[in-house]
Amino acid sequence: MKKQAHPYIPNTVPEVQEEMLREIGAQTIEELFDGIPEELQYKKEMNIPKALSEYELRRYIDGILAKNKSTTEYVNFLGAGCWNHFVPAVCDEVNQRAEFLTAYAGDPYEDHGRYQALFEYQSLMAELVDMDVVNVPTFDWAQAAATSIRMASRINGRNKVLLPKTISPDRLKVIKNYCSPHIECILVDYEEDSGQINLSDLEDKLSSSIAAVYFENPSYLGFVETKGQKISKLAKSIGAITIVGVDPSSLGVLSPPSHYGADIVCGDLQPLGMHMNYGGGQSGFIATHDDLTFIQEYPSRLFGIAPTVVEGEYGFGDVLYDRTSFALREKGKESVGTQTALWGITAGVYLSLLGPAGMYELGKTILQKSQYAMGQLGNISNVVASRFESTNFKEFVVDFSYTGKSVKDINKYLLDHGIFGGKDLSEDFPELGQCALFCVTEIHSKEDIDRLVTAIQECIDAK
Amino acid sequence: MQKINRDQKVRNFHQAKWDEPIIFELHKSGERGVTLPAVEESIENHVGDGVSAIPAEMMRKRKPNLPEISQNRVLRHYLRLSQETLGAAFNVEIGQGTCTMKYSPKINEAFASSAKMTELHPLQDVSTVQGMLEIIYKLDLCMREISGMDYFSFQPGSGTQSLFTMASIVRAYHESRGEGEQRNEIITTIFSHPSQAATAAVKGYKIITLYPDQDGFPDIEKLKAAVSDRTAGFVVANPEDTGIYNPRIKEFTKIVHEAGGICYYDQANANGLLGITRAKEAGFDMCFFNLHKTFSTPHACGGPATGALGVVGKLKEFLPGPIVEKQGENYSLNDNLNHSIGKVRSFQGVPQTVLRAYAWIRSLGAEGLKDVAKVAVLNNNYLYHKILKIRGADAPYIKGKRLEQVRYSWEQLTKDTGVTTDDISYRMADFAHHYWSSHHPYVVPEPFTLEPTESTSKADLDEYIASLTHISNEAYTNPEVVKSAPHNSTIHRVDEQDFFENPEKWAITWRSYLKKIKNTETINS
Repeated sequence: MKKQAHPYIPNTVPEVQEEMLREIGAQTIEELFDGIPEELQYKKEMNIPKALSEYELRRYIDGILAKNKSTTEYVNFLGAGCWNHFVPAVCDEVNQRAEFLTAYAGDPYEDHGRYQALFEYQSLMAELVDMDVVNVPTFDWAQAAATSIRMASRINGRNKVLLPKTISPDRLKVIKNYCSPHIECILVDYEEDSGQINLSDLEDKLSSSIAAVYFENPSYLGFVETKGQKISKLAKSIGAITIVGVDPSSLGVLSPPSHYGADIVCGDLQPLGMHMNYGGGQSGFIATHDDLTFIQEYPSRLFGIAPTVVEGEYGFGDVLYDRTSFALREKGKESVGTQTALWGITAGVYLSLLGPAGMYELGKTILQKSQYAMGQLGNISNVVASRFESTNFKEFVVDFSYTGKSVKDINKYLLDHGIFGGKDLSEDFPELGQCALFCVTEIHSKEDIDRLVTAIQECIDAK
Repeated sequence: MQKINRDQKVRNFHQAKWDEPIIFELHKSGERGVTLPAVEESIENHVGDGVSAIPAEMMRKRKPNLPEISQNRVLRHYLRLSQETLGAAFNVEIGQGTCTMKYSPKINEAFASSAKMTELHPLQDVSTVQGMLEIIYKLDLCMREISGMDYFSFQPGSGTQSLFTMASIVRAYHESRGEGEQRNEIITTIFSHPSQAATAAVKGYKIITLYPDQDGFPDIEKLKAAVSDRTAGFVVANPEDTGIYNPRIKEFTKIVHEAGGICYYDQANANGLLGITRAKEAGFDMCFFNLHKTFSTPHACGGPATGALGVVGKLKEFLPGPIVEKQGENYSLNDNLNHSIGKVRSFQGVPQTVLRAYAWIRSLGAEGLKDVAKVAVLNNNYLYHKILKIRGADAPYIKGKRLEQVRYSWEQLTKDTGVTTDDISYRMADFAHHYWSSHHPYVVPEPFTLEPTESTSKADLDEYIASLTHISNEAYTNPEVVKSAPHNSTIHRVDEQDFFENPEKWAITWRSYLKKIKNTETINS
């Protein structure tokens, strides 16, 4: 039987192949691989099942995906670096457009729209953080933080960084790997009652070898770090750079870090219009002032606006391209390449849709709903919510240590009742005992929260 | 009816031009793009306005200066910008050599946008993500077949991040053997991607770069001279960006192994190799594939993406965690790897890309994957054969066959006419084509690098060739038309002056632009 052409491979038509081979002057396609030595040619057939038609594929893949229970089926209170937010339909429409989805490395004469959309993303994000420079997105918060730290180290030539002990352990792993072997990561203790950075420990650890002080707002454990101004002053006093990691969904209501002394601001764009995608929605950003000292240390692309030869046209291009590894290989600043540009465009769409009032309402709604959840959980006897006496945004630590139940027990019960409970902190923060990190956002209704509270009450009451 | 004449060889194209303002210029005070879920009255009664809890010093004083725009105007703006973008789905996309711009099947987008994918939280109990883990695991098994490696991690978010991960593993491996300090050099080649050198430097390595010999292969004598007890690793692409497969690759990896180094393979150029030859047999200890190149997932303007990283058994313990494992019928996450480098990206990388790539492999099967390689190489040799006939064009190094791509040169055309490869790039945009020169530095003079994948038909190739031929003719007869291109693009040539180099003039954001034009206006008035 004649072999059928594959729908994705037009030139599997035998007559076309013959015509092309004639043109080239070859007898067979196999001849074209003559340059690969016989001993390296793979003679076996790969153990990969035979091709499925589109319909068969749909049945097969849908069948596997059906084994997943998504957060549309369960009520989700997990956050810890990836958050369940409302995603406007326009965000999906724009990032699924085939033009954006399949574009890549065109210059401004092919991809004017891509350049403009990313320049606009930089500009919208700049308003949110109130700084003049934002990069084309990086991989995620963790890598953006690592790069921010490396930028600081290149600027002042120092090789140690101070980070809060409350940082996400996974984020710290990424940062440590990006910093090793040049930069040593040193953790600063936190106040036992409030979770806030322990200023005396910070002062003890500050020295002339500290390149940067990095902290987060809100912290990984959900509370607002209120001593930002003091921390950045202390950092400045010894010539260190202040870096603040921030959740952008908080910036409608919380002060942007540039207002309390941050030199570099970084964080994750995922809350701004990206579905969680099992972690695939993460996307990093870095922002600074319009200061040459900082700008020349970005590894990322920075799109700038410029006139064209025709009056009235906006043109775009790469600012200081010669910083990058594209231009200088190992002598460039770290490395650049494919990261998460489509999520940058999406975050721009999101910020355009919400506007200043929407960002304020987002922050306010999250505060109200999370405060309600904390209050209700705290009303359960022997449950402490929140574990820390600080203001929380979106996430908070619930302490089950006095309930006689472990977080594991509680989460198992919740799972059986259609709820994804908070992230178990008992391994990563053993000093906190049986604590879990819960996340409440604008998507949670009163009914969702009440259901959580009732289920936890039941679990604790059960023998 | 009269026959409509369609004889013209090049496309009579003009890109969309919407003359769209910057989004801030669409601001209309009071408009809204979307509203948020309401807060129930009973919650308000319990907690009040919520924001009063914020300490005064942490309260945002002025709302962010974002524009206020109605929903349909936001949508229209971005749809217009999308039309001003030449995605790979629209054109004969063979112009981005090294990046394997192939067809991204729509069915795989349907999977990626399923709520069973998009609405998964990465920390959900593993019992609730068995489908997701199954797909990750099964793609791992496919990748093992394709490469001969023993385990894969899909955590790296791109080829560059995968190279960084491999450099991290090289360091951790030598440290585990007490040779971390001593082995401080990584050897690479000039025709490999700049990220190979750049990421090794990020991990603290001194870089040694091999240049090609007269045939275009990395110089083996230079490699012999370069290896020593300081050699930590050797990283190379094969074929390199010239499309020439280095037949002595096994000797290369042997030389490095004998010196105690790790050999890692940049398989960004793997599209002509699927089912043909594998990393393992060539002696590599690690390799990576870009799922957004060879395995068809969309490039997305530059990510999100995945650099699938494979290692041989002895390096499994060094992988970033957690990795997916199967026990009986159940899938689980293993984060207990003894020498793990830690993590390179949050959670499990970009799983929706893993899903698309797995679906793509299953739509081809073993035989289809081999057809991918065969047709990609056939297409490339056809293109190569035709381009060598274009006046002023050449391809340096050996004159034989090439694999999936070729780095060409317009050196002769530039000498004859003054038209450069950049000019031709802009002119190609006038005919709806993307065209790319080369990474820096330009070892090949006036370079251009083309990679037709298996997705292009003969008619597509003929169209691209006709456009290049047309522009070569223009260069020899009317060079001005090429030098002043583009003419049919959304915009005309950017007046670069020093808008991208001078701190007084560059503007990386709209607010910065407004400040700087105001300064200029003040100075001029």
